[in-house]
Amino acid sequence: MLSYITRRLLQGALVIFLISLITFAVMRLMPGDPVYMLLGEGEIRISQEQIEAIKAKWGLDRPYYEQYLVWAWNLLRGDFGDSLIRTGVPVREMIFEAIPVTAIINVIALFISLAVAIPAGIWAGVKRNSAFDYASAVGSTLGVSLPNFWLGLMLIVLFVLYIPQWFGDIPLIGKIPPFGLRSWQGYILPVLVLTTEQLAVVTRVMRAATIEALGQDYVRTAYAKGLAKYVVITRHAVRNALLPVVTVIGFRIAFILSGTIVVETVFAIPGIGRLFTDSVFRLDYQVVQSLVVVLAVLVVLVNLLTDLTYAIIDPRIRIE
Amino acid sequence: MSVASADQLPPKATSQPGGRSELLQAWQRFRANRMSLVGLTLIILLVLIAIFAPLIAPYDPITDIFRGVRGVGPSWDHPFGYDHLGRDLLSRVIFGSRVALLVGLVATGISVLVGIVIGAVAGYFGGWVDTLLSRLIDTLMAFPIIALLVVLAAVLGPSLVTTIVVIGFTGWARFARVVRAEVMSLKQQDFITAAKAVGVRDWRIIWRHLLPNVMGPVIVLASLGIGGIIILESALSFLGLGIRPPNPSWGGTLADGRAFILRYPHIAFFPGLMIVITVLAFNFLGDGLRDAFDPRNRD
Repeated sequence: MLSYITRRLLQGALVIFLISLITFAVMRLMPGDPVYMLLGEGEIRISQEQIEAIKAKWGLDRPYYEQYLVWAWNLLRGDFGDSLIRTGVPVREMIFEAIPVTAIINVIALFISLAVAIPAGIWAGVKRNSAFDYASAVGSTLGVSLPNFWLGLMLIVLFVLYIPQWFGDIPLIGKIPPFGLRSWQGYILPVLVLTTEQLAVVTRVMRAATIEALGQDYVRTAYAKGLAKYVVITRHAVRNALLPVVTVIGFRIAFILSGTIVVETVFAIPGIGRLFTDSVFRLDYQVVQSLVVVLAVLVVLVNLLTDLTYAIIDPRIRIE
Repeated sequence: MSVASADQLPPKATSQPGGRSELLQAWQRFRANRMSLVGLTLIILLVLIAIFAPLIAPYDPITDIFRGVRGVGPSWDHPFGYDHLGRDLLSRVIFGSRVALLVGLVATGISVLVGIVIGAVAGYFGGWVDTLLSRLIDTLMAFPIIALLVVLAAVLGPSLVTTIVVIGFTGWARFARVVRAEVMSLKQQDFITAAKAVGVRDWRIIWRHLLPNVMGPVIVLASLGIGGIIILESALSFLGLGIRPPNPSWGGTLADGRAFILRYPHIAFFPGLMIVITVLAFNFLGDGLRDAFDPRNRD
């Protein structure tokens, strides 16, 4: 067990090293020079010496391998450096300010969607080919086909433009702002968008897993020894059917950026997605590099946790 | 027995009479699924729209700018209304289908090709080649792909070619993983051992005997992936890193619409609707193909 975890962590470290190397290389290939970005092109006249001085201060005049080593070494010590563009602000501070914003929205959405999708998927799988099964199949196929940024825009139109026009403010909630998170109402639409997407995915997976589990021999055995249908489903089938859902949850957490990057742009939310795109556009090397590595660490750890959870839930799975 | 005659050994799934009937069976299973037929029909329609866009679109999507009608909503003459600059939205959406389908199909094609080559090499040769390629696959799978896409699009400069190349060359890991696993299990089987025993070259074994047998899962995975890639492309264009204005793309038009979402909501509505229909069509097709090729999944 311990040797398994060690081996996985070592493999993960290799993956993270490769990712940091690729990101570093790609960022240096970017057209444009962060120094000009920093100074604002054409606004102030500066001498070549001043540019050299700025480059020297940030270490941009050193050879690439040296830049990489310095950055990687600092990263290992937990020092993410300072933002190139927002002068003097530590990157760590920027990232740690953005993470909770993204995390809160995604965790709420994940909980709501699991609470609805797991029972819905089981029910659809048990009552196969029923009206409910078809409705949930159509609904979840539609759900995975909706681009979340379009859904977000349409919800803004519906909740901010039309519903107040037709009915006045929404009871108990009041005015929903289209952008930003200044009040708690601002969380409603982004959470709704992320929930819809995950609801669809989890329902599909849960239904398929339930059907698969119900066809297994041990379920037939359970019926044969006279157990009630309810007991067979909850205790034998569902417990095994939950395994693929663990994978989906792990995947959602690991690839949190993919799910959230465009949604944060739509709703102007100051989370990691916005931080990332903004930093790419501003050529803020330090932020982009560090953020990618932080996210890669997240992927590696969550994947490991997913596999360990598998082994805990399902005693048939042995970890070599 | 000569090498040439060994090559005539029938590969498993494509043996002459058996192969045809197997494909025919798959087609019959596919045809029985109404939703996948709907998907296929929609895709054919969309492809026709994309090919004949200049004939179908009532106006030029870029140069026909109408005065005094910025953001005016749908009417009989302009069923989708005008965009924020006074261009006919219907024409822009029709031309946008070209980008979506081109990126969806070509990028998937690149991913499939790269994935098959790398997966087959890793699975067939094993050893250190496999170790190396598997770590590469792991790295790509662990990479937040959207981050890589955003950075690469910014590095290479946003354009149609960039979008296709970037999506195509970052998405192959899934295919490589599937092909590798299939090849590894297939190469243990007798017909491969037989081919090796009579001295068929490695590349010919991979090409003639292994690849035909892994195409089923690859086709299914590819068709299910196209929808996701179309969404990815429009997300990139939406972020300003895909197709550059004034060229029409669904994601780009959505981004125009976002800026005016509370004043002219129809600008964002129509391109999004087209994305949903297209992605839905590919997902139905993929579901149908999966059921047709893999009878285990059938109800």
